[in-house]
Amino acid sequence: MQRPLARALGAVLIVIAAAIPAGAQDKPRSGGELVFVVPSEPPSYDAHQEETFGVIHPMAPHYSTLLRVDPTDKTGTKPVGDLAESWTASKDGLTYTFKLRKGVKFHDGSEMTSKDVKASYDKIIKPPAGVKSLRKDMYDSVTSVEAPDSNTVVFKLKWPESSLLLALASPWNWIYKAEIIAKDPHWYETHVMGTGPFKFGEHVKGSHWVGKKNPDYWDKGKPYLDGYRAIFISASAAQVAAVRGERAMIQFRSFSPPERDQLVQALGNKIAVQESPWDCLNFVSMHHEKKPFDDKRVRRALSLALDRYEGSKALSRITLVKDVGGIQVPGTPYATPPAELEKLAGYGHDIAKNRAEAKRLLKEAGVPDGFSFTFKNRGIPHPYEPLGIWLIDQWRHIGLSVKQEFIEASAYHPMLKRGDFEVAMDFQCGFIVEPDLDLARFVSTSDANYGRHKDTAIDDMYIRQARTTDIEERKKILRQFEKRLLDDEAHVIYTLQWHRIIPHLAKVKGWMITPSHYLNNQLDTVWLSE
Amino acid sequence: MWKYLFKRFLLMFPTLFGVALLTFVLIRVIPGDVVELRYSGDRGAVSQEVLDKERARFGLDRPLWKQFGTWVLGIARLDFGESMWTGAPIWQEIRLRFALSLQVAIMATVVAVALSIPLGVLAALKQDTWIDYAVRIFSIAGLATPSFWLGIVFILLLLIVFHWLPPMVYTPFWVDPWENIKQLIWPALAVGYRYSAVGMRMTRSAMLEVLREDYIRTARAKGLVQRLVLARHALKNAMLPVLTVIALEFAFLIGGLVVTEQVFNLNGLGLLFVQAVAHRDYTLIQALVMLVAGVFIIVNFLMDVGYAWLDPRIRYR
Repeated sequence: MQRPLARALGAVLIVIAAAIPAGAQDKPRSGGELVFVVPSEPPSYDAHQEETFGVIHPMAPHYSTLLRVDPTDKTGTKPVGDLAESWTASKDGLTYTFKLRKGVKFHDGSEMTSKDVKASYDKIIKPPAGVKSLRKDMYDSVTSVEAPDSNTVVFKLKWPESSLLLALASPWNWIYKAEIIAKDPHWYETHVMGTGPFKFGEHVKGSHWVGKKNPDYWDKGKPYLDGYRAIFISASAAQVAAVRGERAMIQFRSFSPPERDQLVQALGNKIAVQESPWDCLNFVSMHHEKKPFDDKRVRRALSLALDRYEGSKALSRITLVKDVGGIQVPGTPYATPPAELEKLAGYGHDIAKNRAEAKRLLKEAGVPDGFSFTFKNRGIPHPYEPLGIWLIDQWRHIGLSVKQEFIEASAYHPMLKRGDFEVAMDFQCGFIVEPDLDLARFVSTSDANYGRHKDTAIDDMYIRQARTTDIEERKKILRQFEKRLLDDEAHVIYTLQWHRIIPHLAKVKGWMITPSHYLNNQLDTVWLSE
Repeated sequence: MWKYLFKRFLLMFPTLFGVALLTFVLIRVIPGDVVELRYSGDRGAVSQEVLDKERARFGLDRPLWKQFGTWVLGIARLDFGESMWTGAPIWQEIRLRFALSLQVAIMATVVAVALSIPLGVLAALKQDTWIDYAVRIFSIAGLATPSFWLGIVFILLLLIVFHWLPPMVYTPFWVDPWENIKQLIWPALAVGYRYSAVGMRMTRSAMLEVLREDYIRTARAKGLVQRLVLARHALKNAMLPVLTVIALEFAFLIGGLVVTEQVFNLNGLGLLFVQAVAHRDYTLIQALVMLVAGVFIIVNFLMDVGYAWLDPRIRYR
């Protein structure tokens, strides 16, 4: 039984090792159509008002953003220019000036200017009445966006914002045509027209999306592909079958470990696999207004009970989690160094000691042996269900008796919002690894602070880390924030970092995995070797 | 006969109204709504203000009776509204998928009729011989095998043996017949087999019953050849229950191939139904239920017409 699995895992390692340097060394070849699977579908065509990757995957190739995350940066944290050719920041960090590329054209042939960037950002930051903008809170520091001349855009801020450049590289902030937005701010909900490497071909709802090469793309020589076809497939078995049968070449979200092994076993050297820690995480929220979870000793005990390192080994074989991490994705600039991580409650390697401490804390808090509570989990197979089972088993080791209740996906968020739980699985998924984005939900006043903690120290640290421009200082504050969030107060319990697995046909080149499935979807660098 | 058909026709309207009321209420009993689902994506932290505005935009903040009234008046004008998830007109969402679902239903029915009637008749004629046993085993296997499972087996066999997978994107028959058949023949076979099993068993038992009737003995006594006895007297009379089964299965296939459509990634009404329920897209769910109910009611009406044609006792009542 174990031999095929070992063979498959061996093949995965070989393919991973072989695929990355090969991708970097080969000379791009033009032509061909990339066919990929998208497990979701765009509700509307306006990324400024949508939340799903079902919008990004098929549609990002039609658009450009002011900045983008470097498609060759595996950490997905380095901003580079997309429509911006260069930029400067004033010494006080309150003014950012961007010089735009010249000669960039919209797909209708008109020239893109700073007016278009300004209009797009005005729509995002200060949407007109009746127009939604889901991420406008990210730009609270921006007082104005100005276009002093046709290729200059100036962002003026109220306070220095360390995350501004990455916020401007957001994959959601597509640049639209000012004239169209002025006439009808809802036009982009049902139409496509950008400056990206691919023009819109067709969208057959429930079936597929087609993009065709933009011959007037500003980056001469790109894109390499003649076009692409995104096929909408919701069932994961059908997604795997599509890649296995070579009807599709890649799926940009993720497959599970067993699906990866199945594909590697079936396709051998015809498939390459890229893997990365994923900027998505399940954590446990405990209702701070319900006893005994109002007591930080109880919350800490729940975290101390978890053997994260053994859990990682077991769970990473069956579901989408792997790394033991802190408040930032392992391997990214603000990630917790392993030595620091081990000092946090529940992160030390001596599990017997941790659990003894957990029992002591429970006793001290007056929680009787065999205390029972209900853990509410989201009714989604991966990774919620295996993670939930693992958590319950871990808590059993410190004498807790936990009943798991699965809540249907659509009832799950209302349940969290109502606070109708004692302990519940919570989650977050970022589109760029950036502390401002990943940690905003832990501020006391956040709509997503479902555990209802009130902690002015956390709120203060969040603001300080966001406004400092000194990287080392920011790291220091983040470590303090992390210690308070996960250890001293244990407001929430982090489980394991999600793990992104992208098996793709080996002929797909020029695409690099990042920790976010929202990044690197413009496809301008992608090419087919055969 | 016309009076009988007119009565049957009039009965359609209260039935449809009942379906509309039941659907409208039941879908709202399920927790969560389209707004919650649409904006509780990966960040899961959209403000209450945005959610409230969206609910107001869809009219979900109005009293239920007003929502129901608006919807029913819309239906009366054949206006089913817009999908709450995509914003596209409902007719557009359905039109896209209806052609595929209808084609699969027709192809599966052809497979089912082609298998069930000859084999069912053969089993009845050769009762308790090895042929009868073989047909019975074949039909019981069909009943016991879910069509989606058979679909998975087809896909795995095609992948493992032929390293080939049916196309994942629907091509209409009039655009490229070969591409269309390559995609749809597999679900049609998978569904048609189970469907034929029901028909086969029904044909066999109906034929056995009819073959024992006095009028068959009389026909034989008159010296009619076996072919005429079977075709003109036995089969026509045995077809009444078989027709019922085939017609109801056909109506079911229009919107009921939920899992099979997922297995073959068919962009049909079944998959649309699942997505609409998952998204709590009330307007789309209501329209789809009305469509499927409409198909059932029309099929039932046509069955009534068929009964009247096949059975003079109904015609002259």
